[in-house]
Amino acid sequence: MIKSHSIVRTTCPYCGVGCTLDLHIQDQVIYRVTSPFDSVVNRGNLCVKGRFGYDFIYSKKRVTVPLIRKTPQKPGERKQAFDLSEWDKVSWDEALDYVADRLVDIYQKHGPNAMATYCCAKATNEDNYLLQKLFRSQFRTNNVDHCTRLCHAASVVALQMAIGSAAMSNTAAEVADSDVFIVTGSNTTENHPIVALQMKAAVRKRGAKMIVVDPRRIELVDFAELWLPEKPGTDVAVFSAMAHVILKEKLYNQAFIDERTENFEAFAASMEKFTPEFAEAVSGVDRELIIKAARLYATARNAAIFWALGIPESSHGTDNALSLINLALLTGHIGRRGTGLNPLRGQNNVQGASDSGAMPWHYPGYQRVDQEESARRWEQAWNIEPGGLNRSLGLTTTEILSSVGSPGGVRALYIMGENPMMSEPNLNLTRKHMEGLEFLAAQDLFITESAAYADVFLPAASWAEKDGTFTNTDRRVQLVRKAISPPGKARADWEIICDLAKRIESRLGRPGTSFWDYTHPSEIMAEMGSVVPEYRGVKYERLEKAGLQTPVPDDQHPGTPFLYSDSFPRGRGKFHPLDYHPAAESTDEEYPFILTTGRVLEHWHGGSLTRNASLNEIFPEALVEINPADAARLGIEDGSAVRVTSRRGSIVLRARVTIKANPGVVFIPFHFAEAAANLLTIDVLDPLAKIPEYKACAVRVVKAREDELPLPDARLIRGRY
Amino acid sequence: MPELVNLSIDGQPVCVPAGTTLLEAAQTIGIDIPTICYHEATTSNALCRICVVEVEGSRTLVPACVAQAGEGMRVQTASQRVVRARRTILEMLAASVDLSEAPDIQQMMAEYQADPQRFPEAERRELPVIDDNPMYIRDYSKCILCWRCVQVCAEDVQYTYALNFKNRGYETQISTFFDKPLPETTCVFCGQCVGVCPTNALKPKRQWLLEHGHRPDEVMEMTRTQRRRRDRSQAALAAGPSNA
Repeated sequence: MIKSHSIVRTTCPYCGVGCTLDLHIQDQVIYRVTSPFDSVVNRGNLCVKGRFGYDFIYSKKRVTVPLIRKTPQKPGERKQAFDLSEWDKVSWDEALDYVADRLVDIYQKHGPNAMATYCCAKATNEDNYLLQKLFRSQFRTNNVDHCTRLCHAASVVALQMAIGSAAMSNTAAEVADSDVFIVTGSNTTENHPIVALQMKAAVRKRGAKMIVVDPRRIELVDFAELWLPEKPGTDVAVFSAMAHVILKEKLYNQAFIDERTENFEAFAASMEKFTPEFAEAVSGVDRELIIKAARLYATARNAAIFWALGIPESSHGTDNALSLINLALLTGHIGRRGTGLNPLRGQNNVQGASDSGAMPWHYPGYQRVDQEESARRWEQAWNIEPGGLNRSLGLTTTEILSSVGSPGGVRALYIMGENPMMSEPNLNLTRKHMEGLEFLAAQDLFITESAAYADVFLPAASWAEKDGTFTNTDRRVQLVRKAISPPGKARADWEIICDLAKRIESRLGRPGTSFWDYTHPSEIMAEMGSVVPEYRGVKYERLEKAGLQTPVPDDQHPGTPFLYSDSFPRGRGKFHPLDYHPAAESTDEEYPFILTTGRVLEHWHGGSLTRNASLNEIFPEALVEINPADAARLGIEDGSAVRVTSRRGSIVLRARVTIKANPGVVFIPFHFAEAAANLLTIDVLDPLAKIPEYKACAVRVVKAREDELPLPDARLIRGRY
Repeated sequence: MPELVNLSIDGQPVCVPAGTTLLEAAQTIGIDIPTICYHEATTSNALCRICVVEVEGSRTLVPACVAQAGEGMRVQTASQRVVRARRTILEMLAASVDLSEAPDIQQMMAEYQADPQRFPEAERRELPVIDDNPMYIRDYSKCILCWRCVQVCAEDVQYTYALNFKNRGYETQISTFFDKPLPETTCVFCGQCVGVCPTNALKPKRQWLLEHGHRPDEVMEMTRTQRRRRDRSQAALAAGPSNA
């Protein structure tokens, strides 16, 4: 039996739960992963990704030496190069000098608006803080964003509008203290598995009542008291109808409304039109269920709302989230244990990347870039001349790409660990934008579909090969510890950024302006904490045992499990009147099905990690979920090939005939490059949050031939629901 | 105010809230009763009986992991009768199950001077390793039927119900419904079962491959190409010996 040389404790790199992992290592090989049973986050429980899915680290496809494209790429004619034969292997000096030369050249010719960067919600807080610092201080641009734009941006905007802050208000584990909770737009058992375990236990062991509002018959429906199977895009109607019932039956919390909220009158007036009858007509949900759900939520002692991407990923995502916030303010189910507004953040460090300023409209700590006070504070922190930092709002990820090729648009893009060629909507259009870039640098582990377009590839260390911190979905900052050495010449992201920053500074004629000589990531966090009050008390020594939940205002503060017990950051919580808008693209005879997209348990997002891991063995190909009645009508059998087409693209994949899909709605996960769901999705954005509508577009489904399948040999019988 | 119970353990007075087990009560005064099937994260089932203690007035030995402290109880955690029972249990386990990768149990055997050769006629469990997925293997020659894997897969943690018992009596084994390979069951490969197995009957496949002498790069490759290799070898078998 193997005896490990070392066991290193770290935090899982996959989802926002942030489970504690113990990596068992011998000779640089992680051969086993366990989790301590006293971990406050996951109590020793893991999912398949955290427990077994780390082996992408050892994939032979991993790039371990800096690369420069052999054939120089011209804007408008950029091609993808997946094969190493199309790249020259170079030294770090050569690669970073080249990147610095090209970036500075474009900046000096075309100014700040031509520069943009995608930060990485999988990288550490320290990595993200430094990359946004680089682009803001050197290239004076706020075109800094990350994948939260495609994920919870609308939740963040709505929470900031209504409450003044944007994070989960409570801790996920507090569901044990809820007697009623709503789960909407979240397939929790697959995307936040440990939170789902806590939800199941709350229902089965503590008698909690769960209300699921979802267009799919997800696994949690087996544990739910009520399931409201709404048509995609009708959330505002359903939740506002619940508010309507609560108002009519006088089940609201008058004291809370009087003391803690504002704008109630305007809100109450706008809820008049959201009768249960109206909601039933647009959403397909039986009005009795809506009424029952409203009564259950309002009359509970402690009720919480959990939501994931079904709410924000919509052309009216901000309104969707506001309809949930209205409910919590109406009933006072916020500011206490077991209650709250809980957006389940997706990535392991999306909360942290947002906190660390990887945002076009905010510095670290959500300090607005267009507020003079914030800008001056960061000019001082980074030793920039007064007035030097850009006071205009920057472009978001989707806007960055759609501006490429237009006058005054982005020309140079620096991507750290993001794969827009899989994650942006309407990929055929995304491709055109990527091809139009003048310069593209990719800092990543693999030559992804996006990195394949790059001029330079910078090999980065994986999460197991560097130190830093991740902030999970319930605001817990936890340590990431280096367990093994990075392979070949790969370097930690923060080191690459510092090296690059110094070269850029000297080319811009301002060497030594800002500080880049950190010897350890803890110094980076200390710098960020000195200007961000919520992170002031976050010090690595204090994180050793169980991390700390922000806000942590000073070195003695124990962290904050739940928020808003006395007041909201903006003072009073604001109600918002709402109107109903359907999804941007409706179905018709030519495109009769609604396509909704999402994820599966075994894979992660663009697939750059999980398609290169053993996880791919247990879920080797894309599947479209279709309801049995729909399948029968179309003559489609389980496991047969089908073609799914939208106005924007077409893919061939296998059908999975299952009751998990509701009639009229099909589901495709977006992980599979050879059958990319985002070829079909629509690039309509929410006007406030600029987040795409991944959850609803119109498609048609027809039978295809086996030989049209991109992976005809990949079929695997799986028994899990 | 929770009701309190007074009892004596190994002659020492102990006061604990009602509902406390004898195992927990002993821990409050620093007495560690040995356990095997007990786990802090699973429901106690008193299956292995190694934690038995002698309670004055009780005809049989009492499993401390489930027995609740009672007012006025007088408990002996290491009487002669208890020690003999524990030794015999360990000897029976050693006679029928492969304990080579259960260091905690081996240490207990040394402590109790258990003789692994005491039952030479015993029927040993000898079952082929089940390797039906890239994540973990099942070596039921090492299984002591502690039930932890079934429990964490059921209501203790996952509510997935992929693993359960099959057969009865001495033939009892852990299995899946109809012996289906794990990918075809409700299993989501969370590995909670691997995390609680006390004898390494459930083990990550990569660890198992390394222990069998494969090189690390081979091991990583093997768990990423399992299906392809199995399909190829099945195709070769189907094609017949002339196509070897």
